[in-house]
Amino acid sequence: MALLVVAVAAVAFFALPLLGLLQQARWSTLVDDLTSPGARDALRLSLVVSLGATALALGLGTPLAWVLARAAVPARSLLRSLVLLPMVVPPVVGGTALLAALGPESPVGGWLDDAFGVVLPGTTTAAVLAAAFVAMPFYVITVEGALRGVDRRLEQVAASLGAGRATVLRRVTLPIVGPSLVSGAVLAWARALGEFGATVTFAGNVEGQTRTLPLAVSLRLQEDQGSGIALSLVLVAVSVVVLAALRDRWLRTP
Amino acid sequence: MTLLADVRVRRGALDLVVDLAVASGTVTAVVGPNGAGKSTLLAAVAGHLALDAGRIALDGTDLDAPPDVFVPPEDRRLGLVPQDHLLFPHLSALDNVAFAPRARGVPAREARARAAALLERVGVGAVADLRPRALSGGQAQRVALARALAADPAALLLDEPLSALDARTRIEVRRDLRRHLVGFAGPTLLVTHDPVDAFALADHVVVLEGGRVTQAGPLAEVTARPRSRHVADLVGTNLLPGTAAGTTIRTDGGLEVVVAEPLHGPVLATIPPTAVALHRHAPEGSPRNRWSGTVADVDRLGDRVRVRLAPPVGLVAEITPAAAAELGLREGDPVWASVKATEVTAYPR
Repeated sequence: MALLVVAVAAVAFFALPLLGLLQQARWSTLVDDLTSPGARDALRLSLVVSLGATALALGLGTPLAWVLARAAVPARSLLRSLVLLPMVVPPVVGGTALLAALGPESPVGGWLDDAFGVVLPGTTTAAVLAAAFVAMPFYVITVEGALRGVDRRLEQVAASLGAGRATVLRRVTLPIVGPSLVSGAVLAWARALGEFGATVTFAGNVEGQTRTLPLAVSLRLQEDQGSGIALSLVLVAVSVVVLAALRDRWLRTP
Repeated sequence: MTLLADVRVRRGALDLVVDLAVASGTVTAVVGPNGAGKSTLLAAVAGHLALDAGRIALDGTDLDAPPDVFVPPEDRRLGLVPQDHLLFPHLSALDNVAFAPRARGVPAREARARAAALLERVGVGAVADLRPRALSGGQAQRVALARALAADPAALLLDEPLSALDARTRIEVRRDLRRHLVGFAGPTLLVTHDPVDAFALADHVVVLEGGRVTQAGPLAEVTARPRSRHVADLVGTNLLPGTAAGTTIRTDGGLEVVVAEPLHGPVLATIPPTAVALHRHAPEGSPRNRWSGTVADVDRLGDRVRVRLAPPVGLVAEITPAAAAELGLREGDPVWASVKATEVTAYPR
């Protein structure tokens, strides 16, 4: 009985903030709040940055997951810890580290400036890098786990049946891990969409360049709570859609 | 067409040295306990494992001859029926079978037509559209056989093809497998830990223990004269082909054997040598089966004595040295053998 009471309290703990958001929402001006130039910019930027970060995670993360799962690499657990670090380190610290490594004061940043006239902080590219930095580990561990789960003997059988390495990858390995590629990408994308700390630290809060939805929400809450809540509702709606899309993988009781 | 496998591989604690040849249209069974190196041998032939030394050749073409030749698995033209069937989980039964032709560039339509025909041939045409998860063990094993045959292989490799099946399904699949192996023109290499599979499917037996061949030869010879205690345990069981009518089996050797469960038609009966009791005089009481014969030879194998009776009885009995001393049997002595009906295992062939 006592357990039940605590469980109900826990449910309330999750449900109340959501209800609060809905209750405080200024429904009459919602459309105006969401279509103001600043909000539209933030929406567009969030889409560009989160999708860009996801693309980066797919392009770099898939081979990395493959290496972690399959290749004979020395110090594999050390390598994996390095990859997972951004999941554990506070995002602000991650952003600070990116700034230290790629900012204009750093050797790499200095070289980029000298050679190409590129200064990363303040640009959308920097926002994408910051989001990818924190989001990619989600994709990598999901895919690595899936690749480890593939029965290697299936690949051997496929080879015996006349399939070369590329065919085995295309017709056996990737189809088997396909659902995990998708859910890993969605996880990474959701993480990139909500990214705040590393972005604000490394890329800054520049309207039209790096001010994504979370940055815009935090800024607006200080001036006009209603429009901040309106933008928050967009992020909640997106999360609900993601959860619904992945319900088969996460919500189904085994 | 012959499959030659002179295999020398060192892997962890296993030091495998095997030299065997399988002729076209024949089946060689490699039997042995777990860890003897059977799977490693098959992996080497299939090309999943490179030889340290030796040579694997099919039809005169080297597949693996270190250090110069190593043909990758996809170019070996071998049909592998793996343990636990290992069907591709994301493909239907039909697409599993169509996999090999597709991998070799046959257009999808044609590959599927070929696959459908093969599924019919192995008796599972009705499940073509099902995923492996939805198949029974027997169906999955038949699909796995069809998938291997679809590669149009020059040789077949079977890895414990019946081990994942329950007793009843095993008998059916074994019988069908035999029919398909008889129809297969190339050499077949079968790995199994179950001597009954070897009896039912193979012409030749290679006994593998601890990475070494301890005995090899025609099936009848190995079962009649096991050269070690281990081989005797493994394959030294009495095998009696015959015809059943109810609980009585008339063996091809002219013996009448009573069994516990009624059967009809051609059968294979097995009697473990330890279940054969020997007597100087006609036994009285419960045993349903008793025959009088003469001793053909007496062998001491480890802690057991192996007594072979001359035809037509032709059974092998294993008794303790104490019992042997008491009976004092010598070659040519008259003797009675008895077996309980419940000790005889019979199954349709």
